[in-house]
Amino acid sequence: MTMTATKTLSHLDWLEAEAIHIMREVAGQCSNPALLFSGGKDSICMLRLAEKAFRPGKFPFPLVHVDTGHNYAEVIAFRDKRAAELGERLIVRSVEDSMKRGTVVLKHPGESRNKHQSVTLLETIAEFEFDACIGGARRDEEKARAKERIFSFRDEFGGWDPKNQRPELWNLFNARCHKGENIRAFPISNWTELDVWQYIEREGLELPSIYFAHTRPVVRKGASLVPVTDVTPAKPGDAIEDVRVRFRTVGDITCTAPVESDADTVAKIIEETATTTITERGATRLDDQASEAAMEQRKKEGYF
Amino acid sequence: MSAPENLPEIDNGLLRFLTCGSVDDGKSTLIGRLLFDTKTILADTLHAIEKTSAKRGMEAVDLSLLTDGLQAEREQGITIDVAYRYFTTGRRKYIIADAPGHEQYTRNMVTAASTANLAIILVDARKGVLPQTRRHSYIAHLLGIPHLLVAVNKMDLVDYSQATYEKIKADYQAFAATLGIEDVTFIPLSALTGDMVVDRGEAMDWYDGPTLLDILESAPPAHSEHDEPFRLPVQYVCRPQDSANPELHDYRGFMGRIESGSIATGDAVTVLPSGLSTTVKDVQLAGRSIGSAFVEQSVTLLLADEIDISRGDMIVKSAEPQPTVTKTVVAELCWLAETPLEPSRRYLVRHTTRTSQAKLAGIAYKLDIHSLQQVDADRLQMNDIARVTLRFAQPLAIDPYADNRGTGAFIVIDESTNSTVGAGMIVAAV
Repeated sequence: MTMTATKTLSHLDWLEAEAIHIMREVAGQCSNPALLFSGGKDSICMLRLAEKAFRPGKFPFPLVHVDTGHNYAEVIAFRDKRAAELGERLIVRSVEDSMKRGTVVLKHPGESRNKHQSVTLLETIAEFEFDACIGGARRDEEKARAKERIFSFRDEFGGWDPKNQRPELWNLFNARCHKGENIRAFPISNWTELDVWQYIEREGLELPSIYFAHTRPVVRKGASLVPVTDVTPAKPGDAIEDVRVRFRTVGDITCTAPVESDADTVAKIIEETATTTITERGATRLDDQASEAAMEQRKKEGYF
Repeated sequence: MSAPENLPEIDNGLLRFLTCGSVDDGKSTLIGRLLFDTKTILADTLHAIEKTSAKRGMEAVDLSLLTDGLQAEREQGITIDVAYRYFTTGRRKYIIADAPGHEQYTRNMVTAASTANLAIILVDARKGVLPQTRRHSYIAHLLGIPHLLVAVNKMDLVDYSQATYEKIKADYQAFAATLGIEDVTFIPLSALTGDMVVDRGEAMDWYDGPTLLDILESAPPAHSEHDEPFRLPVQYVCRPQDSANPELHDYRGFMGRIESGSIATGDAVTVLPSGLSTTVKDVQLAGRSIGSAFVEQSVTLLLADEIDISRGDMIVKSAEPQPTVTKTVVAELCWLAETPLEPSRRYLVRHTTRTSQAKLAGIAYKLDIHSLQQVDADRLQMNDIARVTLRFAQPLAIDPYADNRGTGAFIVIDESTNSTVGAGMIVAAV
């Protein structure tokens, strides 16, 4: 056969090939991994990548979701539907159960449960003795993530020590860990928000409806649009407006805000993403705005 | 350049490159400039660094703040680790590996260089070729980065002098020849003002070469520069026996990422280290036949005969030059851990998808990173680079690193901590 060495992979093909390689390394090196699946766009890409990596076989890991109890109903319904379509096992553990056990104590009833997901995640890892969790975090999301490894070692408290990371060379990943420790593996580390949307378009992936432009009651708080929901009701004096919005990221209702948008198709979202002037987390994550080092601190405490 | 809003008509793939130099060379400013001029930096990020610049009493926006990473680093005013940055021009996606330049961080530069296909070596136009320029060039060359780009920065501080630029170029070429570095490109620029980074500017009409971004846009993409023989380390074996579909009962798919070369249905292949041969029945992705595949693709191979293959084995083409199956190699080893290499201890080596126990059989010499001279050594400390002989418990199918980065590289793991403590590049089998 003749060589085809002059061929080059498109950037999406390259990113896909790398992500498949990473997932297969987790499956090859770890004895009991799990894939974290929230129903969000990044984890939807992760499921397609897992299909590319392991079909016609079943996934060598269950899907795991840590539910704060404050997620949009559309996303939870989508999560269940997608897991059923794939015929893969879905494990759901909830922050509310950790609250009942007393391992999560809110400072006040209205406190965001988002950061408490770390506790429930660690309890879930212990319950199933997972030695690796595959997640959809990307390095372009945030400064602290830009320096995290693709295979990120966590001690038995789930902590990330930025000064004690394993050097990561070539494509030789080291997933070894002792009992009680675990690895967080990030196959789409090298993807950007734009790559994710381009991949969704190319693969024709279905998404929860709230990613597309829809009309929703919101209250303007500074530069953010705070959605009016059961868990984030309007306060007396708030001016409620009906605004055309879409979500760029989907997570706990109390810390995820939509952006004004008319983009109701993936193609229009790609156009907006390529021309936007605000970063993904800057626009939509109410939790990262707390301080410049907010994410770094949460990761040290075991956050994803 | 075409702005990101004009989405890819031509997809020129992805280029991974490394920037070497210290903050003093203007490395952070250069990366900031590339991100800024390709419109990668968004308004809220810019606003945040404007605030920080003002807080620190600076008049202009300090683009180097864009690459300031962790709180721990900001407190100490240093970069402690490799950071990865991304930008796209609409034609191509870029991954920048940003490694700190100080000699204490040799291991970080080695790490960053391992995945790069091009290195930008920054030289301060006022200072010329320094020991650290030589060190960075040596490491980039050692790690097999095919393209070196010497960026003579801060041209604005030498009145954009062509003579200064030409002198630095001649000095560098004389030094590069002693290391056997052939493919070097030079460019004069100012990261601060942006001249010759993305836009040409007006100050250096005497330079008629391409801008930095033009060079990046047209650099050959990763890996595919010469016809290398086919190498597929097996990562995982897919056997969906429990499937309800009876057609899959005999399915055995050998999964892996192609490290080099290409493969197609019908090719004769040999499995190493067993040496057994068969032919390729199908090449698949996601359970669908794709007929053929080439370097860097993650695929599944189905083989005509049932032979025993598991993770750690390597599939190669029978008609092409074979890797050497060996239990002893000579290699360049960079030590990455604070705990020194203990010559009498056993370590683990991960080579492709295979893990073996390994022992040091000798240190020929280590490199003095300042003089680049070979010196005697009986132990290795963090950041040392040495020529060593290693023995393995299991046979490995290797190629020299200079021929094949995928099958010539390995990492060393300390079993007591499970940390990655060494990075190796195979010179030859013994």
